[in-house]
Amino acid sequence: MKRTPHWLVRRSTIRLLWIAFATVLAATVAAETIGDLHGHFGVDASPGFSAWFGFGACVAMILLAKLLGLILKRPDGYYDNRDP
Amino acid sequence: MIAGALLAPLLPGRARGPWLIALPLVALAVIWAVPLDAMSSIEFLDYTLTPWQMNSIGRLFATVFAIMAAAGTLYGLHQARPIELVAAQIYAGSAIGVCFSGDLITLFAYWEIMALASTVVIWSNGSERAYRASLRYVVMHLFGGVLLMAGIAGHVTSTGSVAFGPLALDRAAHWLILAGVLLNAGAPPLSAWIPDAYPEASPSGSVFLSAFTTKTAVFVLWVAFAGAPILVWVGLYMIFYGIIYALLENDMRRILAYSIVNQVGFMVAGIGIGTEMALNGAAAHAFAHIIYKALLLMSAGAVLYMTGKRKCTDLGGLFQSMPLTTVCGIVGALAISAFPLTSGFVSKSMISQAAADETLLWVWLLLAAASAGVFLHAGIKFPWFVFFQKDSGLRPPDPPRNMRVAMVLFAVLCIALGVYPAPLYAILPFPVDYIPYTAAHVITQLQLLLFAGLAFFALLPLMRRTNTITLDTDWLYRCLTPAAWHQLERLWLALRRIRDTRIQPWWQESLLRQQLHAMLTSRFSARATIGNFVLLTTLVLLSYLVLYLLF
Repeated sequence: MKRTPHWLVRRSTIRLLWIAFATVLAATVAAETIGDLHGHFGVDASPGFSAWFGFGACVAMILLAKLLGLILKRPDGYYDNRDP
Repeated sequence: MIAGALLAPLLPGRARGPWLIALPLVALAVIWAVPLDAMSSIEFLDYTLTPWQMNSIGRLFATVFAIMAAAGTLYGLHQARPIELVAAQIYAGSAIGVCFSGDLITLFAYWEIMALASTVVIWSNGSERAYRASLRYVVMHLFGGVLLMAGIAGHVTSTGSVAFGPLALDRAAHWLILAGVLLNAGAPPLSAWIPDAYPEASPSGSVFLSAFTTKTAVFVLWVAFAGAPILVWVGLYMIFYGIIYALLENDMRRILAYSIVNQVGFMVAGIGIGTEMALNGAAAHAFAHIIYKALLLMSAGAVLYMTGKRKCTDLGGLFQSMPLTTVCGIVGALAISAFPLTSGFVSKSMISQAAADETLLWVWLLLAAASAGVFLHAGIKFPWFVFFQKDSGLRPPDPPRNMRVAMVLFAVLCIALGVYPAPLYAILPFPVDYIPYTAAHVITQLQLLLFAGLAFFALLPLMRRTNTITLDTDWLYRCLTPAAWHQLERLWLALRRIRDTRIQPWWQESLLRQQLHAMLTSRFSARATIGNFVLLTTLVLLSYLVLYLLF
């Protein structure tokens, strides 16, 4: 018998969650106009700085990790026969 | 506390648990009963030792160590082996001892007790893997201890003082002390011991381990090397090392172990910046970090304890049957990511603020990127792959009651410190002139973190877990050195074989040997004369002269 999926993992809920997430994202950027944002350096006072910087930094880190992974990853049992 | 822990095995099983929980609480009461600047001193050999010295920074660290020891014991009360709880108690007691050491000799003694007690904690998991990891761990820490001892010896000889205080990086001895301490903090190049050893301990064992060793190292750096510029860059390296390796990792507790390096990196960078704001931030961050990292490891430990599985590839969908563990794990994840209303928000931001105040643009930018990265690797990755993602079909219940109580306690603390940071700010070493909850700060932090979340879900296919490990510097001593040694052994054996099969028979039969033999026996035996010795000495001196002229 197939279990009905938990309400949280249903396709419709996930769609709703994405919409809610996108709204919140937009709201945080929009909230800049209300809050008094004065950067420390100038560059961080540009509109949506934290948003694009956070996003860009994460994409860069994921790609870097992926690249390093190509060189440094080994199968899980790698050390099993090698440890002294 | 150490003495109390040593008494524990004598108690009957039923009384042991409450006794071990009460010990750190009594220690906590004592810590707060003693006035600031109180100290004791004894004469030992030629030195005046200060085994007990009360100051605000030591008190801060000791307080959180004591809270941690009590909650950790509660967590492992019925699950951990008695020897683990006793060793953990000694471990915590010596960590508190480090905090109150007024001189370098006492500090070193506690430091080594910590290394040994923590090894027993790993060891008491009982598995072959844990045993091997504990050996690698203790060798690493004894090496760190040697560096520290050599540095202390050098310091004492050159200054004549054993007092524990700020050290300038102006002589080799101080660099040695710095290296010994940084090794314990998990700094490069020897940071691999943390993700190697900690995840091999029992569920409660890794909770204990996460708290003491690295944070006592932070404490010593704080006191001795505040404002050393090199620490800013060491810290930043640790931060990004932790993020990248955690992103690649599959074992849930190893993810969290890498994030210890990452978080300690924030503290080390703060100490390197060295202003009052930065030092306050580093200390507050250590306090908050111990609690949320323990919470994260408790929830990971609960999953391990209930399912027996530790890899992201085997887990998933656990939120359906372990709701409490999921919620506690998420609270810990939000706190480590410094979400508003959690403890990480009020502590980590002080370090960034200090970087901004000092107009260190690059440091500030890297710290901001790293904050987003923390949410990426620990804040989302850990809960997502363990409790959500695909349904692994596992339906374990929440863990036993003592584990649940310990988790809820720390989850409440994480949020309480975030909502109402005043008590934490009040016990920091310097007066706090900082308001974390400004509209600008909340908005920018939310932007940073939520867009990091967007990056995670947008690149989810790239994040798919593979059943792999990632090579680190421990490869050098786990593979390269043994392999090199093995090759040397083979070379040696081969040389001996050649000697036995080729050279020896040839030598036995050669004319030269027979002539030499005849000459030596005839000249140097019974009829050895002064003339022969003169000849020999002249030959030796001549060859010496030739060598001297050549080189």
